[in-house]
Amino acid sequence: MAGALTRVIQGTKPHLGIIGPLAINVNNVPVRFQQTQAPSKDKYGPLADSDRVFTNLYGRHEWRLKGALARGDWYLTKEILLKGTDWIVNEMKTSGLRGRGGAGFPTGMKWSFMNKPSDGRPKYLVVNADEGEPGTCKDREIMRHDPHKLVEGCLIAGRAMGAQAAYIYIRGEFYNEASNLQVAIAEAYQAGLIGKNSCGSGYDFDIFVHRGAGAYICGEETALIESIEGKQGKPRLKPPFPADVGLFGCPTTVNNVETIAVAPTICRRGGKWFASFGRQRNSGTKLFNISGHVNTPCTVEEEMSIPLKELIERHAGGVTGGWDNLLAIIPGGSSTPLIPKNVCETVLMDFDGLVAAQTSLGTAAIIVMDKSTDIVKAIARLIMFYKHESCGQCTPCREGVSWMNKIIYRFVDGNASPKEIDMLWEISKQIEGHTICALGDGAAWPVQGLIRHFRPELERRMQEYSAAHGPSKAERLY
Amino acid sequence: MLSSLRTGVQGLWRISSRSIQTTASRQHDSLFVHRDTPEDNPSIPFEFSQANQKRVEALLAIYPEGHKRGAMIPLLDLAQRQSGGWLPISAMHKVAEILNLPKMRVYEVATFYTMFIRRPIGKYHVQVCTTTPCWLRGSDAILNAIKQETNCEVGGNSPCGKFSVSEVECLGACVNAPMIQVNDDYYEDLSVEDTKEIISKLKKDEKPKPGPRSGRFASEPLGGLTSLTEEPTGPGFGVQDALKA
Repeated sequence: MAGALTRVIQGTKPHLGIIGPLAINVNNVPVRFQQTQAPSKDKYGPLADSDRVFTNLYGRHEWRLKGALARGDWYLTKEILLKGTDWIVNEMKTSGLRGRGGAGFPTGMKWSFMNKPSDGRPKYLVVNADEGEPGTCKDREIMRHDPHKLVEGCLIAGRAMGAQAAYIYIRGEFYNEASNLQVAIAEAYQAGLIGKNSCGSGYDFDIFVHRGAGAYICGEETALIESIEGKQGKPRLKPPFPADVGLFGCPTTVNNVETIAVAPTICRRGGKWFASFGRQRNSGTKLFNISGHVNTPCTVEEEMSIPLKELIERHAGGVTGGWDNLLAIIPGGSSTPLIPKNVCETVLMDFDGLVAAQTSLGTAAIIVMDKSTDIVKAIARLIMFYKHESCGQCTPCREGVSWMNKIIYRFVDGNASPKEIDMLWEISKQIEGHTICALGDGAAWPVQGLIRHFRPELERRMQEYSAAHGPSKAERLY
Repeated sequence: MLSSLRTGVQGLWRISSRSIQTTASRQHDSLFVHRDTPEDNPSIPFEFSQANQKRVEALLAIYPEGHKRGAMIPLLDLAQRQSGGWLPISAMHKVAEILNLPKMRVYEVATFYTMFIRRPIGKYHVQVCTTTPCWLRGSDAILNAIKQETNCEVGGNSPCGKFSVSEVECLGACVNAPMIQVNDDYYEDLSVEDTKEIISKLKKDEKPKPGPRSGRFASEPLGGLTSLTEEPTGPGFGVQDALKA
């Protein structure tokens, strides 16, 4: 799940009073804005080709070492390594890079957690390439077309945190991608770029690939660590955080592929260059996946804070049947709540912009749904996904998601009572925040988004059903 | 008084109708427990082949001393590849022996991960992604075409024994939806005709060309690039001053 489900603080949980779920004011979710300075520019995107980090995103050029060198990878890597830990971490902090796996935690800060005085244990970097969030397919393009960016990124990130080795956890289904990555690592070893005395900098660093075996939950960082250790992928209770006790009991940092792969370019071109894109606190460039009902679905690198409408019209050929045919969009991978057309008109694609629209940037995987979509079934299918992928460790998620799945599939036909909409809302609220990892939250949010924006559609289906078949069983019972 | 009687009766009916229990529907695609069959039982011997034994050593070498258990998933995957795409119980026992672990530790991993298949399957394992992004682009039609062409139900083997069909969750190629995975290869941007062609080629044991079927190379927009039209910049482009010295 590529870390997409790490919790995003969306405000305090509204307390259910005696009036019950009806009392929740859904339009009043507190948003954390900390913008103190005025934005330096007001137009975001399109990005110039010379400012793109992933220059071989579409695989038009050679992906192996020769091609990577020609595109400027591995250039001045030794100098960057010799600048030392503080310089690299500082560049990352200046760049304002936030984790690309979904939660958006500042990367520079995350790396700096690893620089505590050593107690003799080795440190590890773990790269999360377990990309499984429905809608997301950005890391796959990096690993098969630009693997050297990732390998070089591992080395630089490893140096920044003093790690001795990196494990890249790639999902098992990506067999060909894992094989490209393995070739790139072998090339780097042969060229002396990694391994003993990497790049001639006197720093020893190893990179290993570990293939997973088909479990979405292993994208959660502690589940991923358990999985590398050869156990079931069940998330650990935090604290202790991986930075204290992680892989093999040693301090560990888990980062998304995209986060690691942009690090070398940030170090080369400077944190300031990267920070010049996007709004404050949301800086940088980002890979967007646009799938679903658009004319030309594609993966594209764009500036952060680009308006959603412009992104779709410019790169994905527009919504099928024109913009007016749009029904709703899931803006950040399956676990983020959907937003209806009127919100899509103006929303900016960045962390703060989407939180203000009561959703989240997640992995920036945009799933577009036009008016022909059975929206209830689309969300129901996602809930089935979460039911299938729940690891079964925490009761609210294991049982609750199964209940949600049963209820929402009845909603598809309308075979339910309107009172059950509130019941479903309450189940989702009881799951959210009551589980070890964020898979429960990720399952609850799409349902909440559906109820928030498509309640009339749910009620219409129930009316239609009772008109055709008489009152549903649920209505007779409650 | 009559009305209170009615409420009571209704209440009773309500309680009794709520308490009717039915057998829980099966919650998972595959059975969690092992049942001995002639093809899969602990008395069938399993050994890694010569070539794979070297791979086993290479895999064990990447985990630190004392944590060799990390090699569990790669070893099970290797065993599954050697046994023709599925994982017999004797292979699990072999892995437990190599890693020096109780058998249970291996069973729990083999049942947790969906890529370990604990029943004999066909030569071609056709996995159809039916999660929302693929569903929006018509994965239902693809699944139906595959069921028809292979004469195989989801979760079963075809009568000819060559195919197994599974419905799987997101395979991570959403901008190339709808897509299927056959063994290790992705077939993307499918139409029903493409799917039929792929199955008919597989029936003749020819290898269909993997990748997108719509004419594009990877995940670029079909019908003309909207970005990356210029040649990539070379080494040294835009390097910051701090590094130049």
